Amino acid sequence: MHASSFVFPNDPHVPWSIMIVLYPYITGLVAGAFVVSALYHVFHQDVLKPVARLALVTALCFCVFATLPLLLHLHHPERAFNIMITPSATSAMSGFGIIYNVYMLLLVVEVWLVFRPDIVALAKTTNGWPGMVYRLLSLGDREITKESRAVDEWLIRALAIGGIPAACVLHGYVGFLFGAVKANPWWSTALMPVIFLASAVVSGIAALIALYLFFCWRRKITPDADCVRAMSRYLWVSLTIAVSLEMLELVHMAYEAGAEWHAISTLLTERLAISYGVVQVLIGSVCPFLLLLLAVRPRLNPRWLTGLSGIASVLVLVQVFAMRWNVVVGGQMLSKSFRGFVEYPLHIGGREGLIAAAVILALPFVALIFASRLLPLWESGDKHVLSSKPFQPANTGNSLTTGTLTSVTNQQRTMFNEEDTADTDAFNYGAVMRNEHV
Amino acid sequence: MKFQLNILNNGGDCCGSDDSREKQCGNHTGCGGCSDAPDASSRRQFLNKASTVALGSFSLTLLPMSGDLLSDEPSPDDPDGAPADAGSRTADQSDEVVYGFLVDTERCVGTGKCLTACREENNVPEGYARTWVERFVHYKDGTVQVDLVPETGFAGSDVPPIAPGLVDRAYFVPKLCNQCEDAPCNQVCPVHAAFTSPEGVELVDPDRCIGCAYCVQACPYGVRFINPETGNADKCTWCYHRIKRNETPACVEACPVDARVFGRLDDPESELRKRLAAIPTSVLKEHLGTHPKLHYVAKSGEVI
Ligand code: SF4
Ligand code: SF4
Repeated sequence: MHASSFVFPNDPHVPWSIMIVLYPYITGLVAGAFVVSALYHVFHQDVLKPVARLALVTALCFCVFATLPLLLHLHHPERAFNIMITPSATSAMSGFGIIYNVYMLLLVVEVWLVFRPDIVALAKTTNGWPGMVYRLLSLGDREITKESRAVDEWLIRALAIGGIPAACVLHGYVGFLFGAVKANPWWSTALMPVIFLASAVVSGIAALIALYLFFCWRRKITPDADCVRAMSRYLWVSLTIAVSLEMLELVHMAYEAGAEWHAISTLLTERLAISYGVVQVLIGSVCPFLLLLLAVRPRLNPRWLTGLSGIASVLVLVQVFAMRWNVVVGGQMLSKSFRGFVEYPLHIGGREGLIAAAVILALPFVALIFASRLLPLWESGDKHVLSSKPFQPANTGNSLTTGTLTSVTNQQRTMFNEEDTADTDAFNYGAVMRNEHV
Repeated sequence: MKFQLNILNNGGDCCGSDDSREKQCGNHTGCGGCSDAPDASSRRQFLNKASTVALGSFSLTLLPMSGDLLSDEPSPDDPDGAPADAGSRTADQSDEVVYGFLVDTERCVGTGKCLTACREENNVPEGYARTWVERFVHYKDGTVQVDLVPETGFAGSDVPPIAPGLVDRAYFVPKLCNQCEDAPCNQVCPVHAAFTSPEGVELVDPDRCIGCAYCVQACPYGVRFINPETGNADKCTWCYHRIKRNETPACVEACPVDARVFGRLDDPESELRKRLAAIPTSVLKEHLGTHPKLHYVAKSGEVI
């Protein structure tokens, strides 16, 4: 029976804004980037070495800002700590305080351990305020012995192993927040946490490909083709899994055709036609799927590989954002009368407006650029930078050369970049490669 | 102990005694205008005790279990009224007061007087509603039209009149908080700001609410909203401040045709209990398992 459009009187005040779209987007990037670093640290995917450090630092930079959209969204941010002081055991949301803090702590410790040799080396060689920062970060350590480094490495692995379930909880619980709302048929599915997790991994890998290519471009070096190809493979596989799950959920709803399916199908075909049909499915899923399929062919010219992977990664990042948008905003467009839809008014200014959202999204990148100046993100795996013996810093007398090899100053980089970087094999820098998994 | 899901099956012996009937409020017409918050000190006292006992890890959905903590100070308006003092409690808390509500869609004529009364009583901000009345029109061609009764009623409003010849049937459905026994709004609140009063009324603690709006999302009935003036979650409380003074909710008092019936579910002699026993009633979105304490007479299947 046809029903006219009708919405409950309180429904037009859409309570969750673009900030609640950003929150799962950012935590997804955190979880996904961490998974990439774990692939290297735990599962010894050595081909990912060039991005292993970048992955960890990216996770940290995004994690630092993950709470910002929430604070901007809360109508009483001054009471935000209530969530930790008087948490309710029955609320999925109350787990946030503990989960977030544990994860943040884990990330900070892991990043610090990974960069400890570099920090100690830099603390000795750097003057001025950066030197002070390094000395502060080194916690007074002046020397790193092989034994202490072995302990570090054990800890790094342990944290990476522990970090995988933590990342799953961090992001799975965000999915649960939505999936457990029985009032909303567009959200209420047990698949939601899994879908969120899968798309988190997708977004993390895509972000790392894009960031790696960006940093290579900025440093004017050739990206490591094997690494990009491997990441593109992971991206293709995880994208396939994530999109399959998303489609499975949709097909299941459509096939069951429960009481609310009529409203959901109208939501998808009319209200979310662009953001779901065009952006999430066509541009964000189908296109990168095909592009990546081309990109991962073994003999593909590296230029094509990086080009295709780069475009696919950006499209995938758009897809994941669209997915979050369609879940968060789409779910609220559906009035609980199931007889009509409301509009989400996206404001430009204001606390929960577009500008604030853009700033929040930009902040982790600013932090990452800052971190890339503070810490040597590019390891010995990055042949171009690390293998240049003439530019080896003076403090190679350390008990461990790791840090010094990776900490190439900007000046050295510039000097190096002036040379012919295209023909990488001609340099044969293997002598300074290092084998540790850090 | 949680409130019994089906009070009618409890048997009369565990329900209130004769004098509990007297606690049922008649029409107190002279007490309007008060919009005091619920007894904040006793609630906080409870919250403190509950936190100590439960170390912040038990939900206030378990509140009725410790209802005596919340209400060990008798209300000044209701000195011997329930909840009685903690010392006289029996183990099964048989003197527990549980309120219920009945809406008779066959009686409602859509005057909207209840809506105005609610807005005035509870200072409801413009553009939001603690209660509303829906008009359902079933046309002969099979379509169903739903719209809202304006607060002034239909007279003088710009809601299009319906041509009687085209219509099979039409009726009005007042909506308000269902005071769900298993309230999802309460379940999802991360900070215990959504809590249940000993009488089974879902309330919001204005000093604890962080304004996350998770409860707004979780309420299947669209009853909750974030009050733009306070930044807190807001909702129909069945006029808790009035029922604590043995008055009926403002909407009940304002209804000229008695389409809204408020009363005690625990009292077998209450009009509410008698009507629930005598006529078939149903609740909204029953499949969600929220167990509303708001019942409807003659609710059509289209009403959700
Ligand atoms: S109707 Fe909504 S606000 Fe009222 S108790 Fe049920 S879930 Fe909570
Ligand atoms: S808005 Fe307030 S009452 Fe509602 S869930 Fe959040 S903290 Fe609890």
